[in-house]
Amino acid sequence: MSITTLAFILLSVMAVTCAIMMITSKSPVNSILWLILVFFAISGHYVLLNAQFLAIVNIIVYAGAIMVLFLFVVMLMNLNADTEPVKNYRLQLIGVISGGSLLLVLLSAIMKVKEQHPVQMNIGDAGLVKSLGMTLFKDYVLPFEISSVLFLSAMIGAVIIGKKEN
Amino acid sequence: MSVSKLIWLIPILPLIGFVINGLGRKLLSKTIAGVVGSTVVLASFVISLLVFMEIKAGHSIATIHFFDFIHLSKLNIGFDFKIDQLSSLFLLIITGVGFLIHLYSTSYMHEEDSKDFAKYFAYLNLFVFSMLLLVMGGNFVIMFIGWEGVGLCSYLLIGYWYKNQNYTNAAKKAFVMNRIGDLGFLLGIFWLIAKTGTISYDQVFTTAALDNLSDTDITGITLLLFVGATGKSAQIPLYTWLPDAMAGPTPVSALIHAATMVTAGIYMIARSHVLFSEAHFTQHVITVIGLATALLAASIAIKQNDIKKVLAYSTVSQLGFMFLALGTGNYVAAVFHVLTHAFFKALMFLGSGSVIHAMGGEQDIRNMGGLGKHMRITSITFLIGCLAISGIPGFSGFFSKDEILAGAYAHNPVLFGLALFAALLTAFYMFRLYVITFTGKFRGTHEQEHHLHESPWAMTLPLIVLAILSIIGGYVGIPEALGGHHELAAFLQPAVPTAAHQLDHGTEYMLMGISTALVLVSIIFAWMKFKNYQPEGEATGFGKILQNKWYVDELYHAIIVKPLNALSSFLSNIVDKKGIDGIVNGVGKAVNYGSRQLRWIQSGQVGAYVLLMVIGILFLFIVQFFYPFW
Amino acid sequence: MDIKAYIALSLTLFTIGIIGVLVRRNAIIIFMCVELMLNAVNLLLLAFSKMHAMSPAAKALPTYASDAQIFVFFIMVVAAAEVSVGLAIIVLLYRNTHSVDVNFLNRLKN
Repeated sequence: MSITTLAFILLSVMAVTCAIMMITSKSPVNSILWLILVFFAISGHYVLLNAQFLAIVNIIVYAGAIMVLFLFVVMLMNLNADTEPVKNYRLQLIGVISGGSLLLVLLSAIMKVKEQHPVQMNIGDAGLVKSLGMTLFKDYVLPFEISSVLFLSAMIGAVIIGKKEN
Repeated sequence: MSVSKLIWLIPILPLIGFVINGLGRKLLSKTIAGVVGSTVVLASFVISLLVFMEIKAGHSIATIHFFDFIHLSKLNIGFDFKIDQLSSLFLLIITGVGFLIHLYSTSYMHEEDSKDFAKYFAYLNLFVFSMLLLVMGGNFVIMFIGWEGVGLCSYLLIGYWYKNQNYTNAAKKAFVMNRIGDLGFLLGIFWLIAKTGTISYDQVFTTAALDNLSDTDITGITLLLFVGATGKSAQIPLYTWLPDAMAGPTPVSALIHAATMVTAGIYMIARSHVLFSEAHFTQHVITVIGLATALLAASIAIKQNDIKKVLAYSTVSQLGFMFLALGTGNYVAAVFHVLTHAFFKALMFLGSGSVIHAMGGEQDIRNMGGLGKHMRITSITFLIGCLAISGIPGFSGFFSKDEILAGAYAHNPVLFGLALFAALLTAFYMFRLYVITFTGKFRGTHEQEHHLHESPWAMTLPLIVLAILSIIGGYVGIPEALGGHHELAAFLQPAVPTAAHQLDHGTEYMLMGISTALVLVSIIFAWMKFKNYQPEGEATGFGKILQNKWYVDELYHAIIVKPLNALSSFLSNIVDKKGIDGIVNGVGKAVNYGSRQLRWIQSGQVGAYVLLMVIGILFLFIVQFFYPFW
Repeated sequence: MDIKAYIALSLTLFTIGIIGVLVRRNAIIIFMCVELMLNAVNLLLLAFSKMHAMSPAAKALPTYASDAQIFVFFIMVVAAAEVSVGLAIIVLLYRNTHSVDVNFLNRLKN
């Protein structure tokens, strides 16, 4: 078993375990922390695929900015395990069963495929900061600039929604 | 100009009269309506006479094609008229007797409102039109149009006094009974079309077309056609409408329910004799039905007290005689009897109308008597009619009835015996009627006696004409045994064959002698019995059964009307209310219940929507990946 | 590594996100589950990108292998904007109901 496979398995187990912990933990703060761990595991996968730029962006944007924002909101509302609204048991069971069978269906559909499509691991320079930066600022410069407008509008929207009504 | 160019006018003229009288019934005065109604029929009669002369002179006017009526892939039904010896004879009867009755009606119906008066003449003209169409039609479909048309007019005219519920019921009864027969006729036509692919007389009655028909086909078709004939011509089991049809005005009874419409069945069978001669089973059926009808109706007529009812049952009985002739293959005799019967039965109906007119609407002979003193013309002409129908030598009925009896004897002496018995009954009840009505003392109220009078000329003239015809009408068919040549048979020969069997003259003399002697005995017996007639109480025993018409109406009511009513009420109460309404309401309830149950899905809870969405996606994926044929 | 392993991993993460949405009532957790699903998709997108990088067609076009990574980048951009607005909405919800329970979001019903 190569070191790459071992890393893949470890990261996968970590991602899935942390995701499960995320949806099962009572306290919202714990959930956020578990989710951050999931994002770290996914970033590890990105590294494994030699997509270094995305791995970094994922940690900075998701684990850094977005999850901290979540954490702020949770703390602002002073949410904890005691205030957590709980669904009734039956609805939870239905949700788990339907979600689980969806997973089963999709997985079994994959298993029906016999052919092999290997994925390029560890090598390839498409995901490096340099080549991706070239692509982004040459071929995708217009969408990149427009995305700043998107951020601006999102910011204004957040301000207007969150503003206290007088 | 050839007469054949005028043929289309024969049915069109009464139709024009119908349109004028029908549309202008609120504008036309009685005089105009009467003149228009009578004149068109007279004009038709004149043309019919010309056509008849033409044919008699030997110029054959065969089928006339006007236009394509129904044109299907293989089936081509033209609007054709077939004018031959048979139909020209019927044309004469219809328009001739029809004209006399129109003339009579102008006087008889004079007390009606001018609006109703014009309506009456419109219906009468429509009837003549339909009847002409029936006999002139060159194929079964055109005949069927006329066949339905006369049924409709019969309904309209029986229910002419529609404000009387009983009359309306009688009209409905006649219509329904006729419809039953018409259905048989229609099915027969369909069968014929299906098997031969054609409907025109000229093509059906050829050996080529008949070869296509198996024995079963011929028997089936003829039986169905005969069912049609039993409806229209009032034979067992569909005869009960005819006595009730006397609810209509008396001239209508004379024209439709004695002289013309009821002979449509005879005409149809005579027209299709080629088919019927092939169908021996059907011929037996016709013979039996005809004879049974003749006996049954004659026995009922003995005990009836309504003057028109007696004549009605007499008509049914005479029609039975005609069917007996048809069944024994004696088509000429049947047509001959149609001719003479049209004369004397129309005469007697018009005579009874005259009596009713004089009695101020009274129809019960128990309240009459001694009318001969006051109404000489009516009395004498009625007596002539009675003598004619009884078959006294020298009168028209003798020749035609004798021919039927002779044919029956040649077929089977038992038939002859039974038919003779029916003839004796005929003589008995006719003279019972005559003696009770016209001789003895008057038994009505004083006021009625004071009112008694002879009818005006417009009523007596047709009586006289018909009386003359009733006497001389038979001389067109003097049998060879009496030194004649039977000109009618010779005339009809191209259209209707003469009976195959010929009796030797000795036998014929014997038959005539027997029947004449017995009829005379019967008449004398009736005369003696009823000379000093006094109304009795309720009849008892057998007489009561006869008076109640063998309880046939009650029987029909019990075995047909009641079960049908029960079925209808079952359908209405159970099937409709519980079943159909149940389904409709059940659908509504199910939707209501289902929507109430489904409402929880629309909970407004985001989680529920997401759950449903996931289940939906799951379902779609399953279909996508695992359903084998997708 | 075969692509099926990545697909299976992504599906597992995605389904866990779905289950989270179904079983939780806390709006913030549900939102986080949505983020998890987005990340699962991102991972799959990247895995496919690297799969295509193995094919000869990737050599012909210079950006062929990096297009998907740009796509992932933009998804992150959109996710960041979405989170800012979404959290604002949750704050508003909390301010009105003093709870983050999505069951209070049933005003559409009436």
